[in-house]
Amino acid sequence: MRRFLRTALLLPFLALAFPVEAQVPFGQASGVKEGLEIGTSTSEIAIASDFRGADLTIFGALTNADELFLAIGQYDVVVTLEGPKDYATVRKKERVFGIWMNTEGLTFEQVPESYSLASTRMIDSIDEAPSLNNIGVGIDHLALNPVGYIPDSGMIGEFRDAYRRLKLSNGLYQRDTSGVRFVSSSLFRASLKLPANIPDGMHMVRAYLFKSGQLINQREMPLRVVKTGIEQAITDAAHDRPLAYGFLCVLIAIITGWGASIVFRKD
Amino acid sequence: MTVYLPIAELSVNIFIILGMGAAVGFLSGMFGVGGGFLITPLLIFYNIPPVVAVATGANQVVASSISGAITHFRRGTLDMKLGSVLLVGGLAGATAGVWVFSWLRRIGQLDLFISLLYVVLLSSIGALMLQESVRAMRRAKNNNPLPIKRPGQHNWVHRLPLKMRFKKSKIYLSAIPIVGLGFGIGVLTSIMGVGGGFIMVPAMIYLLRIPTNVVVGTSLFQIIFVTAYTTMVQAATNYSVDIVLATILMVAGVIGAQYGVRVGQKLRGEQLRALLALLVLAVGIRLAVGLIVTPNDVYSVAVGGMSY
Repeated sequence: MRRFLRTALLLPFLALAFPVEAQVPFGQASGVKEGLEIGTSTSEIAIASDFRGADLTIFGALTNADELFLAIGQYDVVVTLEGPKDYATVRKKERVFGIWMNTEGLTFEQVPESYSLASTRMIDSIDEAPSLNNIGVGIDHLALNPVGYIPDSGMIGEFRDAYRRLKLSNGLYQRDTSGVRFVSSSLFRASLKLPANIPDGMHMVRAYLFKSGQLINQREMPLRVVKTGIEQAITDAAHDRPLAYGFLCVLIAIITGWGASIVFRKD
Repeated sequence: MTVYLPIAELSVNIFIILGMGAAVGFLSGMFGVGGGFLITPLLIFYNIPPVVAVATGANQVVASSISGAITHFRRGTLDMKLGSVLLVGGLAGATAGVWVFSWLRRIGQLDLFISLLYVVLLSSIGALMLQESVRAMRRAKNNNPLPIKRPGQHNWVHRLPLKMRFKKSKIYLSAIPIVGLGFGIGVLTSIMGVGGGFIMVPAMIYLLRIPTNVVVGTSLFQIIFVTAYTTMVQAATNYSVDIVLATILMVAGVIGAQYGVRVGQKLRGEQLRALLALLVLAVGIRLAVGLIVTPNDVYSVAVGGMSY
């Protein structure tokens, strides 16, 4: 209904603009598609182990924007930061003989480990759910496809909801529906929240431009998140050289145990 | 002061970990136990993921057992041949255990399995120890002498084939039950992060009838190698040994143990054993409660792999 009203409101302007295309100083009718540009100060973020979360600011600009559409707020921008993708398994506990145990599980294929979204307004008021699902924008619209055949399709919805809820509650998925603000008529600034437990690896910044609820342009830009510091060096060693790491653990144990027996020896 | 544990992926208060290590070290020195069966549940109570708690627990046992083994080696109360036969079983058991561990982790039942094993083990051992110490206290009160057990009698274990002679222990025994015992302990080491001395020592004395004087040293010999091996294998397959956590625990543990030994030598045995039994029972009950109470969230997410 709201969309219909909006369209209805615009109709007189469009009707006016259309026949006299060349003379109109502004408007979609000029035939040039709106462009979208984004940029950050860096393509790599280094995070120390005491990282407690931060905001990432991304600047962007609309080019060839229609002044009128801008004035009445018909442009919407959504900026997302998608973490590296991996399989994710959701498990559900049930009481079995009085004990809580995992009884059911569902694995989703290749979902982003983290997802942060900033938009000019509630994304469900920007576009309709089916088209958001189609482009996979928004926490509720990310593609969560189960691996393998699931006989009980009702279960999938339940597990998808649980997945989103858990991800939101541990901060890996975040949304800020007023995170994108226009600083001038065509320049916008998006603040994305980086959670404290952000995974390292290749992230992807994606910006989507909507005009009257239609996706008209999008841009993407890789962003590498690198963890630094001694703790990360340890994690890397544990995964890259596990045998040497294990040997070092044993060596420390031997030195500690032996050392104590020498230091505390009663002679 | 907080310290970040890179493998457990959480920040902890260093003083709590130091206190935990020192307290368990103190108890292990006092009672002559490795302490793995206390440290692992304590870490789990402190929200360390069970996967990390178990693997790191095994690493910690290496440090807490080594000084004891050195002492026994110097005194000559360590049967290398017997220890090596135990070790053969232990290494095989630890390998099998890590395989089961990874499989349980993949199907999402590892945490439950670890808790269940601990509940069963701690409650049965706690109950047995309590019963024994109460009996001993009553005996001491009535001034009754200890009934003398005759270790010379043979049981079914001594009719098994593949007999070997162990000179230091002065026994002639089949290798099958020794390897079997080592295997079982090895499985427990990799799944529970314990040395297993609290099972191995009674089994060697009562089941295999090995003379008491070599039992502790020989079991420590086996424990060191099996826990060291388990640490390596856990590090290589599950990436779950937290070197920061292990180091804090070990340093606090070996210092605590020295004081534990001194206090243990001064105090009465029965009361101490009753106290340890109560502590073991309390840890077991606390774990059992964790299995029964309704969790905050019945759902959980695990990232990575195809089905884990």
